[in-house]
Amino acid sequence: MSVITKGKITDIQELTSIAKRIRIKILHMLTQSGSGHTGGSLSAADVAVAIYFSKMKFNPDNPKWEERDRFIMSKGHAAPLLYAIMAEAGYFPGETLDYLRKIESPLQGHPCCKKLPGIEVSTGSLGQGLSVANGMALGLRLDKNPARIFCIMGDGETQEGQVWEAAMTAAHYKIDTLCAVVDNNELQIDGPVEEVMGIEPVHDKWAAFGWHVIDVDGHDMEEILRALDEAERTKGKPTVIIAKTTKGKGVSFFEDKVEYHGVAPSREEFDKAVKEINNG
Amino acid sequence: MGDTTQAGEEQKQISQKMPKATRDAYGETLLELGRKRSDIVALDADLSCSTKTGKFAKEFPDRFFNIGIAEQDMVGTAAGLALAGKVPFASTFAVFETGRAWDQIRLVVCYSNTNVKLVATHGGITVGEDGASHQALEDIALMRALPNMTVIVPADAAETVSVINAVADYKGPVYVRLGRAKVPYVVPDDYQFTLGKAFVFHIGKDANIVAAGIMVDMAKKAAEILSREGIDTGVINMSTIKPLDEETLLRVAESSKLIVTAEEHSIVGGLGGAVCEFVSENCPVTVKRIGTLDTFGCSGDPDALLALHGLTTGNIVDTIKAFFKK
Repeated sequence: MSVITKGKITDIQELTSIAKRIRIKILHMLTQSGSGHTGGSLSAADVAVAIYFSKMKFNPDNPKWEERDRFIMSKGHAAPLLYAIMAEAGYFPGETLDYLRKIESPLQGHPCCKKLPGIEVSTGSLGQGLSVANGMALGLRLDKNPARIFCIMGDGETQEGQVWEAAMTAAHYKIDTLCAVVDNNELQIDGPVEEVMGIEPVHDKWAAFGWHVIDVDGHDMEEILRALDEAERTKGKPTVIIAKTTKGKGVSFFEDKVEYHGVAPSREEFDKAVKEINNG
Repeated sequence: MGDTTQAGEEQKQISQKMPKATRDAYGETLLELGRKRSDIVALDADLSCSTKTGKFAKEFPDRFFNIGIAEQDMVGTAAGLALAGKVPFASTFAVFETGRAWDQIRLVVCYSNTNVKLVATHGGITVGEDGASHQALEDIALMRALPNMTVIVPADAAETVSVINAVADYKGPVYVRLGRAKVPYVVPDDYQFTLGKAFVFHIGKDANIVAAGIMVDMAKKAAEILSREGIDTGVINMSTIKPLDEETLLRVAESSKLIVTAEEHSIVGGLGGAVCEFVSENCPVTVKRIGTLDTFGCSGDPDALLALHGLTTGNIVDTIKAFFKK
């Protein structure tokens, strides 16, 4: 049984080296498939690794285990990140990662819960994950199941009105088992978020909607862990972690490059990127 | 599928009770279900007084979630509740349920195949005075196009009770379309709805009316008139529009010279569309579709609106007579 329990890994070094492996897996998958979303998978990697390997309890051998904590990748285009983590956690063999976006693969371009056990709900059309997270939390509450829910959204994603409908619902129903994360990499497909459709002041917006808001450097593992602990301690309201991140983080020539939102690395770029990550 | 005829060809006892709105039957049945099963939960988008989920809300406040005027979030929340093992009934007006939240229904209900019951009220033109913005005439088409979705339009309050109980037991996404106005009882007292099975009142040798919802009552009246005039006309209550009862429909097509579909919905993509798709591929026979044409509704008294759009016994009779006069 490979039950991974809460607080299993708190060692910063170890989490950092997992995050490196995850980044390399992401780049491998994307290079292999020839398409997919590089920038946003890399930006959210550290937060997602911290959630899965330091906080969540789950059992890869029994993905429907009732006591598991739930994770929803609302920014479904970061599917490569989720798949890399699930492979690392033991949900499926690493070789499966070679089949990202291939026909009949469980690793669909955006996560599909019917094709890959361990995915809680299918995502890809933005702005929907938080509503589902709320519903799960309300259902678990009725059963007195203390499982927690994590939901990662993109910053551009919060332009979707449904996010704010769900933000109201979470606060209204005092859903404190929910910890949302905004991967605030400040870029979206058409350019900088503030130029396409400004979302600032992000912190104040969430606070005004009744959330406990924590700002962190989304690449500082210590800060992330502290924030996740604080979220767990916060009662009576939902918590959102605003993670200031860098799109394409870990690979200098992808960082803050809007053109790498939905473009996979070439073979040469992959080799260079892996060297950088290993030396980083 | 076996024999799809549920009550044979003979006429059975039909309730003489006063007409009743299907939404009222829904509210009562949901409450009963709530008393029997702790996994039943309900959601609404600020219309619980109109959709009648309010009855459930009053008795089970902990299992009722008013999401406010936010249909997209309501559908997403319902999917989450289903994923946590609950059986959520999410209700609002048909326009908002299917149109406003269509992409949510597509992704987290149908594609994710979650056990969500979307029970919408105020379907069709009989919404009346509120006008076109509130009259869902495309909802069946919208829901029918989605893989994994089951689409049901009960004909009266009695069938609604049976439908709601059946969908609570069925695992998977369901759309149930109910109305605002009171409707007469049309199904026999001992009728039990079976998902995916049409109810055959009678199969006509000349024409057959395949109807759903409030049009079943008119279809029956039209068939009586026509049969008296020598045109043997059958009536089929096709309450499950998806999956279509193909076996019954094939039997109907094989024995008719004409099929008339009748629905309180656009002739585009609803019951008429579904029947045409099946019949044209499997047993081509002329199909005339009665429904609203490719147009929006407007404000008015429900009966006046039905007359304006040709959703009447008279129009069914005239359509069939015109065909046989040719």
